[in-house]
Amino acid sequence: MTAAYTPTELMVCRAARELADGEVVFVGIGLPNLACNLALRRHAPELLLIYESGAVGAVPERVPVSIGDPALVTGSLAVCSMQEVFSHYLQGGRIDVGFLQGAQIDRHGNLNTTVIGPYERPAVRLPGSGGACEIAILAKRVVVVARQTRRSFPERVDFVTSPGFLDGGDARQRLGMPGGGPSLVVTDLGCYGFVDGEMTLVSLHPGVTLERVQAEVGWELRVTPELATTEPPDEDELRVLRELDRDRLYLG
Amino acid sequence: MSADKLVSMREAVARLVRDGDTVVIEGFTHLICFAAGHEIIRQGRSDLTLCRLTPDLIYDQMIAAGCARRLVFSWAGNPGAGPLYGLRRAVEQQVPRPLELDEYSHFGMVARFAAGAAGLPFWPLRSFTGSDLPRVNGDIRTVRCPFTGEELAAVPPLRPDVAIVHVQRADRRGDAQVWGLLGVQKEAAFAAARVIVVAEEIVEESVLRADPNRTLLPGLVVDAVVHEPFGCHPSYAQGYYDRDNAFYVGWREISEDRGRLEAYLDEWVHGVPDRAAYAAKLGDRVGELRARPRVAGAVDYGY
Repeated sequence: MTAAYTPTELMVCRAARELADGEVVFVGIGLPNLACNLALRRHAPELLLIYESGAVGAVPERVPVSIGDPALVTGSLAVCSMQEVFSHYLQGGRIDVGFLQGAQIDRHGNLNTTVIGPYERPAVRLPGSGGACEIAILAKRVVVVARQTRRSFPERVDFVTSPGFLDGGDARQRLGMPGGGPSLVVTDLGCYGFVDGEMTLVSLHPGVTLERVQAEVGWELRVTPELATTEPPDEDELRVLRELDRDRLYLG
Repeated sequence: MSADKLVSMREAVARLVRDGDTVVIEGFTHLICFAAGHEIIRQGRSDLTLCRLTPDLIYDQMIAAGCARRLVFSWAGNPGAGPLYGLRRAVEQQVPRPLELDEYSHFGMVARFAAGAAGLPFWPLRSFTGSDLPRVNGDIRTVRCPFTGEELAAVPPLRPDVAIVHVQRADRRGDAQVWGLLGVQKEAAFAAARVIVVAEEIVEESVLRADPNRTLLPGLVVDAVVHEPFGCHPSYAQGYYDRDNAFYVGWREISEDRGRLEAYLDEWVHGVPDRAAYAAKLGDRVGELRARPRVAGAVDYGY
């Protein structure tokens, strides 16, 4: 059963489905936060949410505005220092999925959340890495949600904050990066996987044409031969999602 | 060192925070001591190197007030509510003065504090590979493992002159207990030359000794203790008061306009003598933010 939804709602619901029950997810700020909490309340009750703030097994009663909200602590399994979160959990190889949002993402899945323009004289100064750099390097796989425009999808990002597949191919393995890199990018237009370290369109959201997607990509886009249509959110997903973000802080 | 270190915030800042110091007011979203930041602004400290993983609203205010020369950080945004415009004006337009940036990732910052606390010349970590951060920050380097030959990232210690740590409760000697998110405060305090503990409540030593696993810092590393209830607003103290999310969201509009930000500082920082007056001025909001109890069971330390 389908229902009316916004592109952002579709993006969050599709991203949430990417999380399997029982997995360990390192939750990033913004839409990933919403997607992880949606998964937890719907199909993945045993999903272990780990926040860089130190909350392990968080079950927030309200969707946290920040990733250091007190609701992440109340009822969680454990609270540890940030040194432990990054050293023991992330660097120790305990994280199945890193869940990130990017300002800019490029052909090879490299993420930029640092600057638009040159570093010394930026046109726009963005927040910086936070934990994204090490999440991108260390998590077994990385799921990215991003709003897609030609500007936010350049062939090469202005600044690599968090490495994806670098120049493509086996660059990650050659550099000895422990994690597997990005496995899925969900935008407001479609979903992308990676083939030989290159972003490849795997599904179009309902009503979105291939031409429209290509117009919002800054390079010659690779498209899978089995191009599918993204399954839209069902009523129950939308109900839970809208309950989660009642003030539409993330959903707009 | 005296056993009784209890002083006012005014005295603690006057005595322990100096122009040109490297200052850390830590707390990851939780327990950010706005009261200390405001007092530093009131006392007109300048040329500070401010360090925090997330500069947050408190450093946005201190930068806009002209206290800072340099910022050491890893994520500079308003958590959940857009950019920090005071910081951006300093970086993009040198207003009210230029601000140097010294930028890491969270793990990089945590590792710097860990090295500082442990008295080591660097801390190795698996990060930064393939990132452009080492290209723009010469202090993010590599080191070869003497056992495996593997190349790892390395960062230098961060040794602040002063660390300011807000806690739920402390005794007059500075033994301090925290629950909820722990951030990087323990490492920051052990790395610092001087430490100010700011507490929601001052309790007898016996209260802390009854539950020693909850103690974050021993008085051993603490130079001054300040009793400052509601000292974190608009940040929060678990079990005491909630984060003022509406304030964080509303900060965007205030900080976006230089005049409005300065008017805010005039009214809420320079316009009040201390934290008690700030809380009184907030009025009913203080009660609205009071935490609803979720009390944990006690544990048995017997043997």
